[in-house]
Amino acid sequence: MTDKRDLLILGGGLVGMTLALAAAHRGLSSHVVDLADPAELTHAGFDGRASAISTASWNLFSNIGLGPRLAPHGCPIDAIAVTDGMKPGRIDFRPEPNEASLGRMFANRELRLALFEAAKDEPLIAWHAPAQVVKRERGEFGVSALLADGRRLAAALMCAAEGRRSPTRDEAGLPLAHWDYRHRAMIAELSHEKPHDNVAWEIFYPAGPFALLPMLDGPGGSHRSALVWTVAEKDAAGVLALSDRAFVTEVEQRMHGIFGAIALDSPRQSYPLGFQHTAKITAQRLALVGDAAHGMHPIAGQGLNLGLRDVGALVEVLADGARIGLDPGDAQLLARYERWRNLDNFSVSFATDSLTRLFGIPGRIPSAIRRFGMAGVQRIGPLKRWFMDEARGISGQVPELLKNNAA
Amino acid sequence: MANATIRPDEADHFGRLAQDWWDPRGASAMLHRLNPVRLAFLRDALDAHWHLDPQGGRPLAGKSALDVGCGAGLLAEPLARLGAAVTGVDAAPENIAVATAHARGGGLDIRYRHGELAALGLGQFDLVCAMEVIEHVADTQSFANQLADCLAPGGLMVLSTPNRTPASRLVMVGLAERLGAIPAGTHDWDAFITPDELDDILGAAGLCMSAPVGIAFSPGKGLHLSADLSLNYLVTAVRA
Repeated sequence: MTDKRDLLILGGGLVGMTLALAAAHRGLSSHVVDLADPAELTHAGFDGRASAISTASWNLFSNIGLGPRLAPHGCPIDAIAVTDGMKPGRIDFRPEPNEASLGRMFANRELRLALFEAAKDEPLIAWHAPAQVVKRERGEFGVSALLADGRRLAAALMCAAEGRRSPTRDEAGLPLAHWDYRHRAMIAELSHEKPHDNVAWEIFYPAGPFALLPMLDGPGGSHRSALVWTVAEKDAAGVLALSDRAFVTEVEQRMHGIFGAIALDSPRQSYPLGFQHTAKITAQRLALVGDAAHGMHPIAGQGLNLGLRDVGALVEVLADGARIGLDPGDAQLLARYERWRNLDNFSVSFATDSLTRLFGIPGRIPSAIRRFGMAGVQRIGPLKRWFMDEARGISGQVPELLKNNAA
Repeated sequence: MANATIRPDEADHFGRLAQDWWDPRGASAMLHRLNPVRLAFLRDALDAHWHLDPQGGRPLAGKSALDVGCGAGLLAEPLARLGAAVTGVDAAPENIAVATAHARGGGLDIRYRHGELAALGLGQFDLVCAMEVIEHVADTQSFANQLADCLAPGGLMVLSTPNRTPASRLVMVGLAERLGAIPAGTHDWDAFITPDELDDILGAAGLCMSAPVGIAFSPGKGLHLSADLSLNYLVTAVRA
């Protein structure tokens, strides 16, 4: 007899594995398949990126029992400073002492390690990695994946969590709107002379946003931040060709000495930035989650957070369905998931898109408008609150798993 | 009394829909959309009646359930997943054939029978459901009596049916059938039963009916449980 499970999760990265763990938390079993070897994914040099985990996403990790394991690795963001090329007119997002923090910074590697450790010990998760899917099938009664080694994995619902180039989505023929920003993100870890005081900086230049995200101090007590510097694709080759020393000089010029002297603390990496949004995130016995459902420009740091909201919504819908006897692949459940996520994804994608366009227009008059705009946001309480709630991920209809249930 | 409750024209109508019954976008799309709503009511009723943990799995484990007018098994299959030993009964043999094949495909063990309920001699059940059925039978009182006979002591009955109101005539028979949301000829408005009438019918069958809960529609929420009883409503009943 085959081991038919509730979910067949294709893609065992941050979103896919969180989905498996959150589903297990609600009693749903899963197969998780990933092409990559977990040992390589957690190798120190594999992924130098860091993620800003919103309050809502942190609640999700806490609610599935990862809080104690992850807490020592997170650097809390106490405030977010947003400026237009360091000209006057800075917006500070700083919550009141009684309010929730704006999020925590984590090295992706630490998140992955914690998720993988938890998955290994979870009996409801059957983890197949490295494993290659050679054939996918979705039918009236269930789904299956044939692996290259001949094993066939069966489940009630297929979940595609393979990232923005999801082959499962393409095979299902789900339409995909694609906007290419022709931008590239330069990623590096910086050590700097002055402490960051747990402040994240988003400095908008016409060429693209420049973000500094606070990290925990290094082993030798060095102060560290993660740099995400967005440059136009046409300038990317030039920036990539810079020596480390010239790169540091370029970065320093854009930081105006806010953190004193800086040094590179990691190899430089770069990622092309795309933006995609698909309104159709389900098909027969198929649900898309994470970047397979939407690709995000990382300027607002919302990509992973949106993916985790997908996870929270999908697991809630499936658990509600199980409670009333519905199959995890039931079309009514998938319709509810799609309605719930589309509104959310669209509004966040749209807001991020507008922000990029607003700050991407060079010239003095647009700059004045931007400064005026920011001063306006600074003064108008409700607007500022909306921005902060967006950053925390607690606006809109929040899935139960993303609420603070500890209280 | 071979055919005390089955109306042959009704059985033929639903038998013709059988093949398409499980397509969520097919002729029975409205019933598919109704399913999570009525199942949510049912789950709450089970938890309240048997004092169960609302988040617990398989609330019907160890219990028997009868679904009368089961169609192709849209309700019977969730009941089986909730742990019940399910028997489904329908007037149309085409439905029973489709239901049997669908349950087998999904790996569910459900006993399906077609014919007149009283003649089948199925015994008694902890849970008896007849959802969207009583408005289709020839003799509502004798149908209710048969349902009552099938209810085990301490058992729970759950019924749903359209109300007979100007709103239900306009929406369920007029608009929905004309727009194709519900197959034409599904409903005969004059056969609809009001909550007060149902209370009397169940009372005469020796049952005590709960306060009814409505199923309403709004563009924002879709179909949902509501205090508005004007379209469709759900009740539970226990032995008086």
